[in-house]
Formats: sequence, C-alpha cells, structure tokens
Amino acid sequence: MYAATVFLPLIGAIIAGLFGRLIGDRAAGWVCSGALLLSALLAVPMFYEVAILDNPRDVELLTWIDSGTFEVSWALRFDALSAVMVLVVSFVSAMIHVYSIGYMATDKSVPRFFCYLSLFTFFMLALVTANNFLQLYFGWEGVGLASYLLIGFWYERPAANAAAIKAFIVNRVGDFGFALGIMAVFFLFNSVGFDTVFGATPGMADKTFNFLGWEVDALTTICLLLFLGAMGKSAQLGLHTWLPDAMEGPTPVSALIHAATMVTAGVFMVVRLSPMFEYAPVALAVVAIVGASTAFFAATVAMVQTDIKRVIAYSTCSQLGYMFFAIGVSAYSAAIFHLVTHAFFKALLFLASGAVIHAMSDEQDMRKMGGIWRAIPITYGLMWTGSLALAGLPFFAGFYSKDIIIESAFAAATGIGQYAFWIGVIVAALTAFYSWRLIVMTFHGQPRADEKVMAHVHEAPKTMLIPMVVLAVGAIVIGALGFDTFVGEGAAAFWRDSIVVLPAHAALADAHDVPLWVKLLPPVVAVGGIVLAYIFYMFRPELPGFLAGRFRAVHALLVNKWYFDAIYDRIFVAPAHAIGLGFWKSGDGAVIDGIGPDGLAAATRELARRAGRLQSGYVYHYAFAMLIGVAAMVSWYLFQQAG
Amino acid sequence: MSDWPLPLLSLTIFLPLVGAGSILMIRGDAEIVARNARYAALWTSLITFLLSLVIWANFDTSTADFQFVEKANWIPAYNISYYLGVDGISIFFVLLATFLTPLCVISSWKVIQDRVKEYMIAFLVLETMMVGMFCALDFLLFYVFFEGVLIPMFLIIGIWGGARRVYSAFKFFLYTLTGSVLLLLALLAIYAEVGTTDVPVLMEHVFPRTMQLWLWLAFFASFAVKVPMWPFHTWLPDAHTEAPTAGSVILAAVLLKMGAYGYLRFSIPMLPYASAYFTPLIFTLSVIAIIYTSLVALAQDDMKKLIAYSSVAHMGFVTIGIFTFNVQGIEGAIIQMLSHGIVSAALFLCVGVLYDREHSRDISHYGGLVHRMPNFAVVFAVFMLAAIGLPGTSGFVGEFLTLVGAYQVNTVVALLATTGVILGAAYMLWLYRRVFYARRIRDHLKDIVDLDKREIAVFAPLVALVLWIGIYPAPFLDAIHASVIGLIDQYEAANAIKTATGPARP
Repeated sequence: MYAATVFLPLIGAIIAGLFGRLIGDRAAGWVCSGALLLSALLAVPMFYEVAILDNPRDVELLTWIDSGTFEVSWALRFDALSAVMVLVVSFVSAMIHVYSIGYMATDKSVPRFFCYLSLFTFFMLALVTANNFLQLYFGWEGVGLASYLLIGFWYERPAANAAAIKAFIVNRVGDFGFALGIMAVFFLFNSVGFDTVFGATPGMADKTFNFLGWEVDALTTICLLLFLGAMGKSAQLGLHTWLPDAMEGPTPVSALIHAATMVTAGVFMVVRLSPMFEYAPVALAVVAIVGASTAFFAATVAMVQTDIKRVIAYSTCSQLGYMFFAIGVSAYSAAIFHLVTHAFFKALLFLASGAVIHAMSDEQDMRKMGGIWRAIPITYGLMWTGSLALAGLPFFAGFYSKDIIIESAFAAATGIGQYAFWIGVIVAALTAFYSWRLIVMTFHGQPRADEKVMAHVHEAPKTMLIPMVVLAVGAIVIGALGFDTFVGEGAAAFWRDSIVVLPAHAALADAHDVPLWVKLLPPVVAVGGIVLAYIFYMFRPELPGFLAGRFRAVHALLVNKWYFDAIYDRIFVAPAHAIGLGFWKSGDGAVIDGIGPDGLAAATRELARRAGRLQSGYVYHYAFAMLIGVAAMVSWYLFQQAG
Repeated sequence: MSDWPLPLLSLTIFLPLVGAGSILMIRGDAEIVARNARYAALWTSLITFLLSLVIWANFDTSTADFQFVEKANWIPAYNISYYLGVDGISIFFVLLATFLTPLCVISSWKVIQDRVKEYMIAFLVLETMMVGMFCALDFLLFYVFFEGVLIPMFLIIGIWGGARRVYSAFKFFLYTLTGSVLLLLALLAIYAEVGTTDVPVLMEHVFPRTMQLWLWLAFFASFAVKVPMWPFHTWLPDAHTEAPTAGSVILAAVLLKMGAYGYLRFSIPMLPYASAYFTPLIFTLSVIAIIYTSLVALAQDDMKKLIAYSSVAHMGFVTIGIFTFNVQGIEGAIIQMLSHGIVSAALFLCVGVLYDREHSRDISHYGGLVHRMPNFAVVFAVFMLAAIGLPGTSGFVGEFLTLVGAYQVNTVVALLATTGVILGAAYMLWLYRRVFYARRIRDHLKDIVDLDKREIAVFAPLVALVLWIGIYPAPFLDAIHASVIGLIDQYEAANAIKTATGPARP
C-alpha cells in the first residue's frame, strides 16, 4: 500500500513513455494525472497512520548493493518527516499534472512531457522515503536527470539545451561533495544506513580525519561535504547559477521542480540528517551563513529582473536561503514548515505566471505586459494571493512560516543568528517589493503589448484554474492550520525521532518568547516594501530609471547577477576546453606519440615497407604467418631455457 | 565442479574455432558464401553463449576455488599443461566475450560486404582466444591466448578499418608487442625460478622481493598498455577510430579488460609485495588518466575518439579499485569493467548506427537527430547516462564502489578521482546535445531513418543489462564475492609474512 504511493508515478511514466504515441496526448495526460491523484489520495491515510498515529515503518524492497560490509537495500522509510514530504510532493505534483493537461494542450510532444513529469515525481518520492544515504543519492540524481530532461524539453531552443546542461553540471559539482560525503560516512561508520549512522553519531563527535597531514573534525567534514550537495540542488550562493536559467523549461516544470519540490531536496536532506548536523556546530554555522547570504543576494537580483519567471526563480532561491538559515540555528521543523507553505504559494505563483504567459501569447518579458488585470481577474486574484503569502502578510501561509524562522534566528542569540535575523528582516522587505513590482508591471499601467496580443488576452481553461484555486486555498490556510503541529505546542509529539535537536539548541522553542517588536518587524517592513513598489512602478515610474542612473555600479552589479556567470565562464568553462585541447594536441600528440610509437615507427618504417610487399590479401595467410611467428618465438625461448 | 561430465570450458573455447573451420569449408557463389558465413557465425556464437550460460548457472558462488577445472599434460617434459578453470574473477569476462560476439555478428550483418567469410572467421577466432585467455590457468597457455587475441584484432583493424587503418594497426601492434616481449621474458624468468607455469602453484610461491619488483614491472609493461593506462593510451583512440564498429566493440569491451584482469590474476596474487610497493604509481597514473583524458574528451570532434578517451578515464577507476586491496574496491573494479564492457560496446554500436547511415564520425556532421530518430535518441541517452554513472544504471555501481574502496585507503585519490564524475557528465552531455538537439534536423540528414528491427534486437539486451546491473547487481556481486575475499586474504597474509621481516608496505 505504502509502496504504491511511490511507484504509481513510475507506472504512469512508463505507460506514457512507451505507449504515449499509441494512446494519444489526452490519454497520456490523464493516465499520469490519474496515477498522481491516486498516489496523493493514498498518501493521506499513510500520513494519518504514520505521522498522526505515530506508527513509522520501513518497507524493505530488494537488495541493492552488497559488497563486503557495504550493504544497501532498496527500502522506503515512512516517518513523520517523510510522510509530510510524500504528502506535499504527491499533492502538489498531482495539481501540476492536471494543470499541465491544459497548459501543454497545444504542444507537439505531450506524452513525453507527462512521462518526464511523472518520472520526476517518482524519483522525488524515492528521495524523500530513502532510508539510507545511497538511495537518497539515487533519488537525488534521478530528480537531477528529470530536471535536465524537462529544462531541455523544448530541445529546438539552444538556450534550453544550454540551460539543461548547465543545471546538470552545476548539480554534479554539488554531487561531487555529496558522493565524497557518503564515502566519508562509510569510512567513519562502516555503514550507509540512516539508523546505524545516526545511532553511532554521538560517539563520533571527537573523531578526526587526516587529510594531507591536517587533522580535521570528521563530522564537520562529512556534514560540509553533504551540504555541498544540498547547495547544488537547492541553488545556494555559489551553486545557484543554474536555477534562473532553468526557467527555459515549461512553466509547470518551473512550478513543480524549480519551486515546490526538487530544489527543496537540499533542505530536506539536511533536516533528515539533523542527527548528524546537530553534532557539527561549525557545519551548522556555515549553513546559516550561506543560507542568509543567499536569501539576500537572490532578493537583490530579483528586484531588477524583467522576465516574470526569473523574478520568481530568484525569489525561490531567496526563500530557500530562509530555510537554510533556519536549519543553521537548529530550527529544522521551521525549515520544513516553510518548505511546505512555500511549496503551495510558490507553485501557485509559477502557475499563475504561466497563466499570464499563456494569456499574453507566450510573452515572458514584463516590460511588454501591463494593463491586463481586468481581462484576467481570476489570475490576477491568484497572483495577489500567492504574493501575499510569499510576502508574509498576516494570516497568509508565509506569515506563519517565515516569521517563525526570523524569530528563531533572533532567539538563537548568537552572532550568526543576529546576522541571519537582520538579513531575514531586510529580505522580507525586498521580497514584498519585488513581488508587487511584478504585480504592477504585469497587470497595471498602460498595455505595452501590441494590439494583436492584447485582443487575445483570456482567462485560462478550467484544468488550469482549478489546480491554481486549490493551491491558493492552501496558500491561505496551511500556515494557520500547520503552525501548532509543525513548530508550536504539538511539534515535539509530531516529529518525534525524525528530527533531532540537542537541548542546547533551543532557538525554535525560544522563538515563541521573543520581544514583540521582533514579531512585528517582518510584516511591517513587508507592508513598507509593498508601498514602495507601488510608488516606484505605479505613481512615480521615473524613479527606478533615475536610481539606476544614479547608482550605476550597484545597478550593473544586480543586472549582471553579481557577475557569477561571467566569472565562472572565465575561470572554469573556457579553460576546461582549452586545457583539453592542449593535452590532446601537445600531450598525446607531440610528447607521448612523438617519443613513443611514432618515433619507433619512423625507425621501423623501412622494415614495414618491405613487409608490405609480402601482402597476399588472404586473411588466413596473415593469421597463419603470425601464429607461426609466435610459436617459433616461444619455442626458441623455451629450448634456450631447457638447454 | 571438477566432476562436471563434459569439458565445458574447452567446448566453450573451441566451439567458435570449429565454427570458423566450418566457414572455411564453405564454397560456391560469393553471395551464398557470404550468407552462409553470416549464419554459421551467428549460430556458432549463440550456442557458445548458451554454453557459457550453463557455466554460470552451475557456478558455485560459495567457493573461491577454480571451477570446471580441466587439466591435461601438454608438454610434460617442461611441466607445462593444458589447464583451465574459472573463478569469480574470470567468469563474467568469459560471459562478456560470449555475449558480445553474437551481437557483433548481427551488427556487422549488412555493413560488412567485403570478404565476409574472412571477417566472420576472424571474429570466431577472436572469441576462442578471448575465452581461452580468461580460462587459462597455465601461464604459457595464458600467454598464447593473450597474444593470440592480437592477431585477429590486428587483422580486423588492418583490413576492414578506415582510411588510416594501417597506421593505427601498426601503432596498436607496436605498443602491445613491446609489452608482450617483456611479459614473455617475465614468464621465462618465472619458469626458471619455480620450474612450472601452473598458475595456482605460482600463486602460492613466494618470490624474492627484488625479483618481484622486476617481474611486476614486466607485467606492468604489458598490462598497462592493454588497460590502457596513461601515458600508454595513445594507441587506443587511433585504433578505435579506424576499427570497424564490431572491432571497436570487442576492443573496448573485452580487450581493455585483459590488462586489468592480468593485474588481478597475476600481479596481485603472485607479486603481493611488489603490488603494494607500486600502488602509489598506479594511483598516480590512474588519477591522471581520469582527469587528463576527461579533459581531452571534452575537446574531441570525432565521436569515436571521444568515447575512446572516455574509456581510458573509466578504466582509471578500475585500476584504482584493484589496487585498493579491499572488497569494495576490487568488486567495484570488476563490476565497473563489466559495466564498461556493456556501455562502451553499446556506445560504439550507437556510433556505428550513425556511421552506417552517414559514413561520418564527425560530431559537427550531425545535429537535431532527435527529430528523425527518436528511438535511437532514447537508446543513446540510456547508455550516455550509464556512462555518466547515474544511480540505477550499471555505471554507478562500479564507479561508486571503487571510489568507496579508494576513500578507505587514500582520501586524496578518492577526491581527485571523483572530479571525473563532473567532467564525465560534461563531455557526454555536450556530445549528446551536439548530435541530437537542434532547432531542426540538418538538411543533409533529412532522410536518415530510425533504428530498424535488427538494430533494436542488438540494443535491447544491452539496455536490459545496464538496468539489471544498476538496480539488482546482487547475482553478479554474489558470484565474484568469494574469489575476491580469497584474493584479499591471500594478499594480506603474504604481506603480513613479509612485513614481519622487512619494512612495512607503503
């Protein structure tokens, strides 16, 4: 039963993949959506039994790798943490599948799309239900593959191909750390099963690794290596460059993979490994700093983007930063809470922007939109709902989850906590600003599109509207509903063993008792951000241009995304090809061949030419001659020896 | 299972030779000869494959001893015998050779129109030599097969190869011959020392330490060329580019495994002290191979060369794994060899599919193939992902196990080798993009056709194997487990004896 939740999407993917052309577009779409809806439906009783009735269990499926003490099985773990993830992933994925039926209706390869989308969901579910490091890695790479396939879904576009490869390679850089982390785990614990490793962690607190003569703390090293993987997948500062480019994929993909689920896998991973990170304070500090810095960096870049999807992409990057600095102050359940609310409102925002793009005849540039809110009022309302939730206005989902993170950072009462707290507050203002900049530029003001496009602006079909409405309801209520269970009074009873927090790390518990001004600050600055956006883009539209001219360097920095892409291109991408070419032509060609075979060949060329005259053209002549040669050589040596 | 009623190994080894002999007898009209030669080769190789499956089915996974042993006097005066047997280390190489030969025959069905009879004979002789080499338990017998493999391969490249085939064939021959001469000298020295070429006996023999070092270097000269290890690898890209498709398949899948097999069968058990002594050398060359050839692969314009360079990188993982002397490392190396055997064979067959249609290996000749060849695009993608080492494919199991093994003995080596995981993804994805994706298919490729039934029949079993080993490798790991443990125990015992009287191993 439990396994069905995970494997139904795979079955859907196989049917759509193998028989898609046979059964047609609509059937393929509904088969996959049906499988997902069923999977989401099955996840509900599973969630009830596992998380509410507290009846966690592992489902063993098959031996995977068994080599000496390296023993790994395919197994599914259902505990409170994975139950939450399975429920959210299957539910959001089901909504997005249904939405895609409408959104992709005119595409020429619908079955392929649904095959990839369902395949992705399978890998994601395998990831969150892993009970060992290797299966986590399997799901991890699997979602990476699905992401690669879906970003490059429109393979006619060179930009999509480039973005797909970039996503895969940058993630591989993260996986490099992840893989080494797993090796280090096996080295230290002689196992890669979660139970064994977590059980032994407290005893390993003082162990060290020797690396090139340096003694390094073992757990810290492992956690940092694994976190490198999380940084890649969750697009954290330094390894974030792939996420904005990933917007080349179809919008439902951006909603599901690059907002609601896959990019949160890094957050999930670190929370899953809380029993290890708790014993590696240095690693936690790094997580907090990276998270907070990413939140700030991405929010600043989001303010100057003109592509509607890229604004939301940087916003995702920024919100993931929130989740990580929550983890950094040991507020794991707050991170998961924000992950869940974010899945709803960010998926909603992406789907709504998809509806806008749909309405605008595939236009994504906000500078060519405007003045359409009357034509598509439902989409407009949905965008408002999502933005209110994202900005954390009172009683929307983000209000509960984001504020508890900011309060936890304050309550941590450490230097890093303070850094994260203030950044959290500033970014709350920036978030509200760029969200309403998006709304105003997209919907208000004079229409900037041509008449043909404007005449065509229309509300989305029902298959697209209904999933959005469902997600919007979630974006409104899920924060209030979940607060108590996830981070409030009921949290300890809910999470139990699935999240470990040392008694000394009580930031989340203390977060409920922070001063009032700390609690009030985030929503207040958010309102400030909204007001500012209205001033800048509705009432005084000359202001942004004036500021951009005035602070040219800052503006250039933001528009160029802090120059990450340019720098990486200069120091990694371009040299790799040049070095490869150099090794090939000079290394292999000139040095090795020059000294080795070609040099020798020159000496024997004369001989070879004479041998050439003996060519008769019959294979067995050659074979026979060579066999005789070998035999003669062997015999000669043997008789020499014997004699 | 020495009490097996039939000499199963001998049958498997010599059946292809019998098939080759019968093809030789075919007379008559050129067209009929060609057709009969094809069918004769196909049936012979299929029956051989079935025979080898019987071996696997009856293989006892609980013992490290040699099984299906056959022994007969060959040159009694010199204590040399015809001695065969398989253990967990060799059995899958036998299967790999017998599995791929029929696929090679099928893939050459239409392409080879010139001297079909001789071509099929060459492949069957090649099969005999390969299987014999992996079964031989007498050093001289091994040497005969080991060198014998080169003859049909040399001919396949030299006769049915591309434009620069003569240069490539000679380069191939020069490299391997140099190694062979040294291996022969080592063989003679061993014979002079022990007085037998019986491999199990030699494994028990303790060679003096200085002699071990010299013998090891002589072995190394031969095996490193075959693997190939950097910097002895430059024959490989040339040989691959000029070889016909099926030749590349066997070259990559089986011939490259001969060197690594040599380390496992001879270097480590017979020369444990020297193996430990030279481990840093192997690690260094392997790490260089992984990084250097991955970068070179990134710069290639020729598909076959790219895959050839990637082979060198993949074999780098194998040599690292073997010299970790721990279970994960060595088992990973063997699985990696099997996986590489299947995946690189499949990738060369994929290039063959394109070459048959367009007669070009240039990446720039292609573009946008997905529009006209969707099935082929899927098949190629599966093998590309296996080459990248995606979990769930065979490539992952071997690569990851070798790295796990390496991490336990040397973190720096593991760290550097793992960078290959990033570079590998880069050059393969870049290749795939250039060949398959584009706005529309290029004009001169408008009429290219997707895979036909014969080609699907070739690829289907390869895809199945890639997924099987990736998802459920237990049947393979179980079979090799006992022998690997035996090898490691013997290695550790041997070095423990020696370290008692000398300096600790590095």
